[in-house]
Amino acid sequence: MRKKSTLILALLAVLSLLAAACGSDVADVASDAADAAGDAAEAVEDTVDDAMEDDAMEDEDADHSADDDAMEDEDAMEDEPAMADSDTTVGLVYDIGGRGDLSFNDSAAAGLEKAQADLGVAFTEASPNNDGSDRAELLQIAADGNPIVIGVGFLFEGDAVAVAAENPDTNFAVIDSSMLDFSQDPPGPYGDNVAGLVFAEEQGSYLVGVAAALKTESNQLGFIGGVCCFGLIEKFEAGFRAGALSVNPDIEIVSQYITDAPDFDGFNQPDRAQVIATTMYEDGADIIYHAAGGAGNGMFQAAKDYSEDNGSKVWGIGVDSDQFNTIGAVDESLQEYVLTSMLKRVDTAVFEILKAQNDGAFAAGPNVYDLSVDGVGYSTSGGFVDDIVDDLEAAKASIIAGDVVVPTDPTEVG
Amino acid sequence: MRRFLFAAAAPVGALAVTLVITSIALILFGSNPLEAYGDMLSHASKLETQVDILNRATPYYLSAVAAAIGFRMNLFNIGVEGQYLFALLIAAQVGSLVALPQVFHILLIMTVAMAVGAAYAGIAGVLKVTRGVNEVISTIMLNSIAISGLIALLQQRWQAEQENFTSTTLGTNPIDESGLMPNINGLLEIFTRDIGQGKELTGVLLVAVLVGVAYHLLLTRMRFGFDLRASGLNPFAARAGGVPPKQMIVAAMCLSGAVAGLIGMVELADTGKFSPNPIKGLGFGGIAVALLGRNHPGGMVLSALLFAFLDVSSGILQNTEAATKEIVNIMQGIVLLVAVVAYGVTKRIQTREEARATAEALRSSEPAEVLA
Repeated sequence: MRKKSTLILALLAVLSLLAAACGSDVADVASDAADAAGDAAEAVEDTVDDAMEDDAMEDEDADHSADDDAMEDEDAMEDEPAMADSDTTVGLVYDIGGRGDLSFNDSAAAGLEKAQADLGVAFTEASPNNDGSDRAELLQIAADGNPIVIGVGFLFEGDAVAVAAENPDTNFAVIDSSMLDFSQDPPGPYGDNVAGLVFAEEQGSYLVGVAAALKTESNQLGFIGGVCCFGLIEKFEAGFRAGALSVNPDIEIVSQYITDAPDFDGFNQPDRAQVIATTMYEDGADIIYHAAGGAGNGMFQAAKDYSEDNGSKVWGIGVDSDQFNTIGAVDESLQEYVLTSMLKRVDTAVFEILKAQNDGAFAAGPNVYDLSVDGVGYSTSGGFVDDIVDDLEAAKASIIAGDVVVPTDPTEVG
Repeated sequence: MRRFLFAAAAPVGALAVTLVITSIALILFGSNPLEAYGDMLSHASKLETQVDILNRATPYYLSAVAAAIGFRMNLFNIGVEGQYLFALLIAAQVGSLVALPQVFHILLIMTVAMAVGAAYAGIAGVLKVTRGVNEVISTIMLNSIAISGLIALLQQRWQAEQENFTSTTLGTNPIDESGLMPNINGLLEIFTRDIGQGKELTGVLLVAVLVGVAYHLLLTRMRFGFDLRASGLNPFAARAGGVPPKQMIVAAMCLSGAVAGLIGMVELADTGKFSPNPIKGLGFGGIAVALLGRNHPGGMVLSALLFAFLDVSSGILQNTEAATKEIVNIMQGIVLLVAVVAYGVTKRIQTREEARATAEALRSSEPAEVLA
């Protein structure tokens, strides 16, 4: 009898473990980790604009012609719906957690699927262990069977450089890192087979700045940055200010950063974002734009609390992914406070680099994705900006045409 | 022989049961278990993968020894996580400040790491003997204090001065080449072909071997090890036998922390600095490895290798799409659980057999003979 009960107990215990492991726990942990990693990814993108500009200058002509070619190809592609079959295969390595993070990873997956559909690119995908200890191994496995390997997130920077050196015939692309070697003078690519995929965040921020200025009733706006003083988040602020001031030069914009580099906790402190946002709303701002990664959720919470307490509606503007959807997955009641989101189109970056690879036009060093290729943009989910879409499209067109040059340094903006 | 069979039956049985359960899980997920196991084994048969496995097993083993030293005297040092990360930060910073000949530089860094780990674990030991604070509580607290408090604070203060923050330049100032433990590819290549893909077998592996041997000698050949085991088996008897309980607790915690301090050396040899994203979780992984290896110096080698093998298999399973990579975590969990159950079962059988043997001896012979 004793024996039997022990056996049953043991079996039960094993089954419960199995259930727990297969169930939501693993996914939760993984997606939490992915969130944190994604936030960190935004934190540490290098942004030495001077260096990048110098470099870009030299290649500018070449880049432009390549862009034009790409555009033409794309048009041609749309005309004929034929499913191309390509020799290009790609190994894509997500950040921790893989698909299902509603953010960077899912966006990269969308780009991958588009490349499969439009270009016939076959892919394999992988994501690291929860502690991220096997990034280099995964890149190497991907490089064994594919001519191009993509790492989603700046955390792949160091490992990609090392693995690329060992696999000179394979191209490597890392999202959200310029992949510039600053030990060189002037800074240059780590190698002919290493590219960084970065975004013109100031252009997207300009558009949501325009949206905020058109929507505000109090003529007061707020900006919350996650981490100050390492050259990235300032681009968001500069674009946002410039966009808002282009609509109304008298508009008042207050901005605050949660932490200063090298303390990157600001991206993970929704509580502090909530306090800052509440103060801004109380001081009269009715729309706040955040560039603070995961901390931004605190801002939306503050918008909801303030609106409910005071009966006057205030808004938040999301960043990176369409936060109407991502925050909706966390708390649906916050959705109605997401005016729009500044989109960082990781899917575009993945698609474009695969297209370049397919066309034999892979370019080492930083590849900047801007409005002209839909590398950045704004979201319309929720329909809160439907009435001003024409204005936003006009602003977008003038940036693409070069009539408006968006600054990247907030001190240059009035 | 009989004892050895008993000792081996549990882990072997556990592994077999784990394979059965995992196979069922794989079939439920719609994967072919044989294909998945085949991919894992063929990947692991490559030399480069074996280097990955050894590099992963090394910190697991050190972490397991650190935990096992505590377990041997019923001390639950849950703080290995905080101890190794804190030791890694301090050792990286100290190492970056000095320039010494290679041997001394490496020794200094390792000594600092062990001292910091020992001191930090010692806090929990002292709290236990002076204030009766349960070490489980205090080490968990100390983990938080180290990771969210001290490390976060000092990391900022010691961030290398630079104009451009990139993920490769973030962190403490880099240690000179002389302070980095060299790889031991040459040692492995005596037996094998040359290691490709730029993989480097960590030199800390040798340190881990030394630690394992020292742990074995400590337990079997030294008075301290005897006292340690005695205190674990029966603290009151040990005390009556002249083992000072307070000193033992503090000493065991410090020793455990000192070994924990070495865990981070694997990463430090690779990166040469304290990076903002050090590999975390090895402290908790070590507890599992120690449990599976029954705190035995040899057993923990096998369990560390098993865990490392499973970790490394996650990549290839995703690449060949033979199975979801979560199967690796599931296997680690199941093998641990089944092993703990199996150890319990074999222990019960063993006890019953002993009891029966004693009873029979008592029945069939004079008491004097039994005593003899």
